[in-house]
Amino acid sequence: MWRQLAPALRAMVFFTLLTGLIYPGVMTALCQALFPRQANGSLVKVRGRIVGSALIGQKFTQPQYFHPRPSASNYDASASAASNDGPTSEALVERVKAAIAQFRKDNPDYSGPIPSDLVTASASGLDPDISVASAEAQAARVAAARGVSVAQVRALIRQQVERPTLGFLGPPRVNVLALNLALDRRFPRP
Amino acid sequence: MTASGVFYVVIYFLVLLALTKPLGLYMANVFEGRRTFLTPVLRPLERLTYRACGVREDVEQRWTQYAASLIAFSLVGFLFVYAMQRLEGFLPLNPMGFGTAHAPANQTAMTPDLAFNTAVSFVTNTNWQAYGGETTLSYWVQMTALTVQNFVSAAAGIAVAIALVRGFARKQMRSIGNFWVDLTRGTLYVLLPLSFLLALFLCARGVPQTLAAYVKARTLEGRVQTIAVGPVASQEAPKLLGTNGGGFFNQNSAHPYENPTPLTNFVEILAILAIPAGLTYTFGKMVGDTRQGWTLFAAMSVLFFVGVFICTHAEQAGNPNLARLGVETRATAGQPGGNMEGKELRFGIPGSALFTVATTDASCGAVNSMLDSYTPLGGLIPMFNLQTDEVIFGGVGSGLYGILLYAILGVFIAGLMVGRTPEYLGKKIEQKEVKMAMIAVISTAFAILVFAAVTLDARFAAHGYWNPPGPAVANVQNGGPHGFSEVLYAFSSASENNGSAFAGLNANTPWYNLTLGLAMLLGRFLFMIPVLAIAGSLAAKKKIPETSGTLPTHGALFAGLLVGVVLVVGALTFFPALSLGPIVEYLLMLKGKLYSSLILTAWS
Amino acid sequence: MTTPVAAPPDDLTALIPRKTLRARPLFDRELTQRALKQSFVKLNPATLINNPVMFVVEVGAALITVYLARDAVRGAPGVGFEFQIALWLWFTVLFANFAEAMAEARGKAQADTLRKTKTDTLAKRVAADGTMERVPASQLRAGDVVLAEAGDTIPGDGEVMEGIATVDESVITGESAPVIRESGGDRSAVTGGTKVLSDAIKIRITSNPGETFLDRMIALVEGAERQKTPNEIALNILIAGMTLIFLLAVVTLQPFAVFAVHAAGTGAVPSVAVLAALLVCLIPTTIGGLLSAIGIAGMDRVMQHNVLAMSGKAVEASGDINTLLLDKTGTITLGDRQAVEFIPVEGVDPRELADAAQLASLADETPEGRSIVVLAKEKFQLRGREVSELEANFIPFSAYTRMSGVDLHERRLRKGATDAILKFVKEQGGSIPASLEEISERIARSGGTPLAVADGSRALGIIHLKDIVKGGMKERLAQLRAMGIRSVMITGDNPLTAAAIAQEAGVDDFLAQATPKDKLEYIRREQAEGRLVAMTGDGTNDAPALAQADVGVAMNTGTMAAKEAGNMVDLDSNPTKLIEVVAIGKQLLITRGALTTFSIMNDVSKYFAIIPAMFAATYPELSALNIMRLHSPQSAVLAAVIFNALIIIALVPLALRGVKYKPQSAAGMLRRNLWIYGLGGLIAPFPCIWMIDRILGLLHLA
Repeated sequence: MWRQLAPALRAMVFFTLLTGLIYPGVMTALCQALFPRQANGSLVKVRGRIVGSALIGQKFTQPQYFHPRPSASNYDASASAASNDGPTSEALVERVKAAIAQFRKDNPDYSGPIPSDLVTASASGLDPDISVASAEAQAARVAAARGVSVAQVRALIRQQVERPTLGFLGPPRVNVLALNLALDRRFPRP
Repeated sequence: MTASGVFYVVIYFLVLLALTKPLGLYMANVFEGRRTFLTPVLRPLERLTYRACGVREDVEQRWTQYAASLIAFSLVGFLFVYAMQRLEGFLPLNPMGFGTAHAPANQTAMTPDLAFNTAVSFVTNTNWQAYGGETTLSYWVQMTALTVQNFVSAAAGIAVAIALVRGFARKQMRSIGNFWVDLTRGTLYVLLPLSFLLALFLCARGVPQTLAAYVKARTLEGRVQTIAVGPVASQEAPKLLGTNGGGFFNQNSAHPYENPTPLTNFVEILAILAIPAGLTYTFGKMVGDTRQGWTLFAAMSVLFFVGVFICTHAEQAGNPNLARLGVETRATAGQPGGNMEGKELRFGIPGSALFTVATTDASCGAVNSMLDSYTPLGGLIPMFNLQTDEVIFGGVGSGLYGILLYAILGVFIAGLMVGRTPEYLGKKIEQKEVKMAMIAVISTAFAILVFAAVTLDARFAAHGYWNPPGPAVANVQNGGPHGFSEVLYAFSSASENNGSAFAGLNANTPWYNLTLGLAMLLGRFLFMIPVLAIAGSLAAKKKIPETSGTLPTHGALFAGLLVGVVLVVGALTFFPALSLGPIVEYLLMLKGKLYSSLILTAWS
Repeated sequence: MTTPVAAPPDDLTALIPRKTLRARPLFDRELTQRALKQSFVKLNPATLINNPVMFVVEVGAALITVYLARDAVRGAPGVGFEFQIALWLWFTVLFANFAEAMAEARGKAQADTLRKTKTDTLAKRVAADGTMERVPASQLRAGDVVLAEAGDTIPGDGEVMEGIATVDESVITGESAPVIRESGGDRSAVTGGTKVLSDAIKIRITSNPGETFLDRMIALVEGAERQKTPNEIALNILIAGMTLIFLLAVVTLQPFAVFAVHAAGTGAVPSVAVLAALLVCLIPTTIGGLLSAIGIAGMDRVMQHNVLAMSGKAVEASGDINTLLLDKTGTITLGDRQAVEFIPVEGVDPRELADAAQLASLADETPEGRSIVVLAKEKFQLRGREVSELEANFIPFSAYTRMSGVDLHERRLRKGATDAILKFVKEQGGSIPASLEEISERIARSGGTPLAVADGSRALGIIHLKDIVKGGMKERLAQLRAMGIRSVMITGDNPLTAAAIAQEAGVDDFLAQATPKDKLEYIRREQAEGRLVAMTGDGTNDAPALAQADVGVAMNTGTMAAKEAGNMVDLDSNPTKLIEVVAIGKQLLITRGALTTFSIMNDVSKYFAIIPAMFAATYPELSALNIMRLHSPQSAVLAAVIFNALIIIALVPLALRGVKYKPQSAAGMLRRNLWIYGLGGLIAPFPCIWMIDRILGLLHLA
C-alpha cells in the first residue's frame, strides 16, 4: 500500500485542482454570466432594497400578510432546520394543537378543515410556499386587515397560484412572499 | 396513493428506463477504453491526468494492488479533508469567517472529532452531516474538500464495480484493471460532464453559484434575514450524480437553494439513480450478455416499486394523531393532505416519498424531507433499504457490486437446486467467493447492530469528553420506539455509507462522531475489499460454457430469486430490531400512544 | 471378433451366498440402534465444533441447563418452561447427531462385513527357489509371489503371473457370478479377500498390508477417510456466516430490549432461555444438522449402485459433468454385432446363402455366430441342426485365416472378412462375382460389418452384421442433453462407421479410431474450454485419460493401473453406470440446496411466533404479528423450538434418500424446487407450529 501513496498524493492534488477549483470556478463564471439573478440567490428587491429571496420563505406574523408554514428555524436563512419530531411525539401533537388553536384564534371566520401543510413544520424551515387551501383559509383575515373584500383577496390568490409543473410535478401552491408583495402593490396598507 | 402520485412514479421510472441503455453503453465504452463522442475533448485531459499522477495507463493491477491503491487514495483523501476543515480559518474563500474570531454567532465549532467524522464521511461516499453546512464550512472547504470527494469517492465506487464486472468478464487472468485509470475515467468521462450539465440546469432554475458573502435582507415586516448563499450548484450536481448526498446546507435538498422547484426535484431524483441504473446495462454489456444486466435492472425495479408504493402510501395516509386534531389528511384540490410534517410543499407527498426511497435505494443520503418525521411505515422503507445494503440501483458502483454479491449468494444457495455446483456467468462460485460475500454482508450487519447496541448501552459520567452525562441514547430527540429508530437509523446510514438521518439525534458529540465514523469505515472497506478479492478470484477462473443444465441467470425466475434473497437476508437479520422500532411504532401510532422524550434523560 | 467368455458353470453359483447388505431398509433396526448410541457419543464438544451450527446449539443448551440448575436451586418461577426449552435444545443436537450417525451406520455395517473376510487368511508364499511356505496374509509384502488354488481366499491384491482361474468376487462386487482371471491382458488383476473357485493361479502381490483395495474400501465405506467436499465446505461457510449474523441479531436484541422496556415503561427483558431459543430457531439447524448426512448418504447411494467412489469430491463433481465420454462397445451398443440381413450375389437364392451361413455358424459360440443362426431361423425357418448329428468338421476362427466355418462331407463352408473369403474362393479355383465387393463396401459405409460366405469355390453373398444400439439409449442420451450434458462416443471404428452409429444412437459427438492419446487430448481440450469431463475405462492404456478426467470410472474387471487412475470403481463393470453416477451427483447437490433453502425460509414463521411472545408484556401491540394466534408467549417459544427440533428428524429420510430427481432443464428444475422448498419452507411451519402450540395447551405444558 505504501508504494501506492505517491500516486495517491499526486492524484489527490490533481483532482483537487481540477474538481475543487477549476470546475467550481468555471461554473461560477458561467452561471454568473448566464443566470446572474439565479446565481446570486434570486433576490427580490423593492425600491432597490433587498427584501428577501423569491425562493426562501420569511416570517410573517402581521394580520395583513399571509402567514407561511411553521418553521423550526424561525425562518433563519443562515441556519436551516426542521423539527424532527416523530409521528408519535407528544411534542409534535402539542405543537400542532397549539398551532391550530392559534390559527383558529387569528382566523375566526374560517371554520373549514385545517390544510395539512398549514400547521406542520417544513423540512427546510424556509418553505416559501403554502397550499392554495392554506392561503384561502387566511383570506378573510387579510381582507379585514387591509379593508378590502374577501373576493378581491381571493382573486389575487388565484392569480398567484402556481400550477403543478408539466401538470403533475408538485401540488398547486402559492409563494407567500410573492403573494404578500402583490398584496402590498394592489392594496397598499392604509 | 393518489392518482397523480402513481403518475409521478410511473413517469419517473420510464425516464430512468430510457436513460439506462444510452448511459450504460457510454460507460461500458469509457471503461473498456473505446472511443466516445467526448474522447476528442477529454482524451488530452485524461493523458494529462496520468502524467500528473505518475501512472502508466497500460499497466494493469492484481486485486491486491487495486485494493492497495484504493486504500491509499482514500487515506490521502481523508487527510486532505481533515486538514482543510481544521485549517479553514487560515484558508481563502471564507467570507463569513468560519474558524476565525469573527465567525457568525451560530457557528458550529470544527472540533477534531467532527472533522474526523466529516472527513471519513466524505471519503467513504457516506456524506453523513453531523454539521450544518452553512453554519460550519467556508466556501473553500465546500469546494476543495467536499466537492472534490463528491467526485472522487464516487468514481472510486464505480471503479470497484467495474473491477468486479471485469472479474466476471475475463477468463484466466490475474489482473482486474488499473485503479488509477478507472478512477480517472469515471471522474473525467462520467461524473464531470454530467455534473457540468446538471449544475447549469440547477442554476438556471434558481440554485445559487456565487463566491460572495451571505446576503442580508430586510423583510417586508422589517426583520433582518441573513440568507446563506455560496457555490451551491457546482456541489449539488456531483452530490446527486455520485450518490454522495452531503448538502451545501444543513437541510440538504429540502433547502430551497439546493432544490428550488418541483422540476429540479424530479431531475435530482433522476440524477440519483441514473448512473446506478446505467451501470446495470454497463455490466450486461461488459459480460457480453445484456440480458444479464436487464435482469438485475428488473429485480431492482420490483424492489423499487414496492418501496415507493409502501412509503408513498404511508405518507399520504398521514398521521392519525394529527388527523384527530382536525388536520386534513386526505388530499384535496387545494392542499396535499397526508403527513406534511418535515416536508416541503413544492414537492408534495409523491415528490418527497420518491426522493426518500430513491436516496436510500442508492447510497445517496441526500434528503428533501425529514425522515425523522415520516410515519413509521414511511420511515421503515428507507431504513430497510439501508439494511439490505442499498442494492436497489444503489450507490454509484456500490449498488452494482452489492447486488452482484446478493446474486452470488442467491446463485450459491438456489444454484445447487439445479444439481450443479453453483456458477454465475460461467464462473464457479466456490469457497472463496462465498467467504468474501459473507464477510461483506456480515461486516455491515455487524457495524449496524453492534454499534447501535453499544450506544444503547453506553452511559457517560458528568464532565466527560465523549458525550453529555447520562446515557448516550439521551441524545435522541424522540421518546419511545422512535428514539430507538433514530439510533438504529444512524448506524444503518453510516454503515451503509448513505448519510441520510433520522435527524433528531444529536450526533455531533465525540462519541457519535467516532462510532459513526468507524461504522462508515467498516461498511465501506470491509465491503469493497472482499468485493475486489472476489473480482480477483473470478478473473483467474475459467469460463464454463453455458448449457441447458446451467442455471439461467437472466429472466423473470432469476430476477424473482434475487428479489427474494435481498428481502429474506435483510428481513431475517433486522426483523427483531425493526420490530422494536418502526413496526411497533406503527401499531402504537394506530392506538394513539404518544411519547415524551423527557423520560430518557431520567434514565441512567 | 471378440474372444468368447466362458459361461460360468451353473453348479458353482449355488455355492455363493447372495449378498443382502445393500438391500437394507432405510431404518433398519440394527442400524438405528447403532445410530442412537452414536448420537450421544457425538455430543462431545471437541468433535461437534466441526459443525459450527450444532456447536452453537449445544452451547445454548448447556447455558440454559446451567441457568436451569441455578433457578431450580433457588426455586425461581418458570423452571418448568426453562426445563422444556433445555430439553428440546438437547434434542435438537441429538437429532442432528442421529441423522449423521444414521448415514454413517450403513457404511459401518458394510465395513464390518468386509472386515470379516479379511481375518486370518493363510497365504501360500512361493519362495524364489520354488519352495512353498504358509504365512499369514498380513505378512505379505509387495513383490511376494503366492499360489492360490481352488477354494483358497486370495491373500492380497496382485497380478496373475501364471494360470487362469474362476474367481468369486462377490465380497467386493456383491455380484454372485464368478469372473475369469488370467495372466496377461486386462483381466490379470485380482483383489485380496476374493475366492478362487476353480483351477490355480500364481499371483504377484502388489500392495503392502493395510494398503490393499479391501482396506481402502473398508476405510471408504466407513467414512474414516471422509473429507468435506469443496462445495460442502463452501456451504458450511455460508451457514456458519448466517449463524454469525443471527448471533449478532440475537445478542444485540438484549440491549435493544432493555431500551424498549425502558421506553415503554413496562414489561421485562427476555430471559436468556428465550434469547437462546430464538437463536437456535434462527440459525440454520436443519441444513446444519443434515449437511454431513446428505454427503455420506450420497456416497452411500453411489455404493448401492455398486460403484466405489474414492472421494466425495468425485461424486460432487459428477453432478457438474458437461461432457461424457462413452465407449461405443458395451456402452452405447450391445457390444456384439448382430446379423441383420443376408444379401446374396446375383444368381444365388437368399435361402441358400442363409442355409450356408447357418451351417458355417453352428459351432460358432460368439454372439455374432449365434445371431446368424437365429436370423436364418427367423427369416427362412431354417432350424438350427444339432451339431453332433452332423458328421462335421468345424474350422475355428483364427487370426491368421480370419475366417471360420465347417467341412461337411464334401462341402467346405466358410464365412469371414470379405478379402479373406475372396482369397479362399480364388484358392478353391472359383470366380468372384462382381457385386460381392460392391455389397461389402455399401455395408461398411452404412456403419455395418460385412461378412462374406462361400461354399467351396462359390461365393454366395454377404451377411450384414450391425452394431445394435442398446434399447433406450437414445432416450437416455436425450435426457443427458436436456440436463446440459454432451455425450461423446469413443470408438476404434473408422470415422464412417462411427458417424453412422453416432447418428443412430443420438450422441452429440464421436471420436473415431481413437487411440489412448486421442482420448487424453480430447479430454484436455474440453477441460481447457472449462468443461468437466467424465469417462469410463478398463485397460492400462486408459489410465492417463482416467486420471485426467474429472470423473474417471474404472471397471472393476480392469487393470490395477486403471483402478488407481480413476476416482471411482464400478464393481459391476457396467459402463452405462456413469449416467446413474451423474444423476446421483446432481441429486446430492439438489438435496443440499433444497434443504438450505427450506431451512432459511423456515425462519420467517419463527419470527412471527417468537418476537410477539418475547415482547408481549413490553409492547402488547406486537401481538398483531402473532398471526398464528399462539395461545401464550411461553407456548409460542416452545412450539417454535419443538418444531425446529422435529423438522430435523422429519427430514432425515429426505436427506438420506435425496430429493426426487427427474432429468429436466435447469430452469425447470429451479422453478420446481423453488416452489417446493422455498415456498414450502415459508408456509409449512405455520400450521405445524400452530398444531404444536395446541398440543402443548392440551397437555398443559405451557
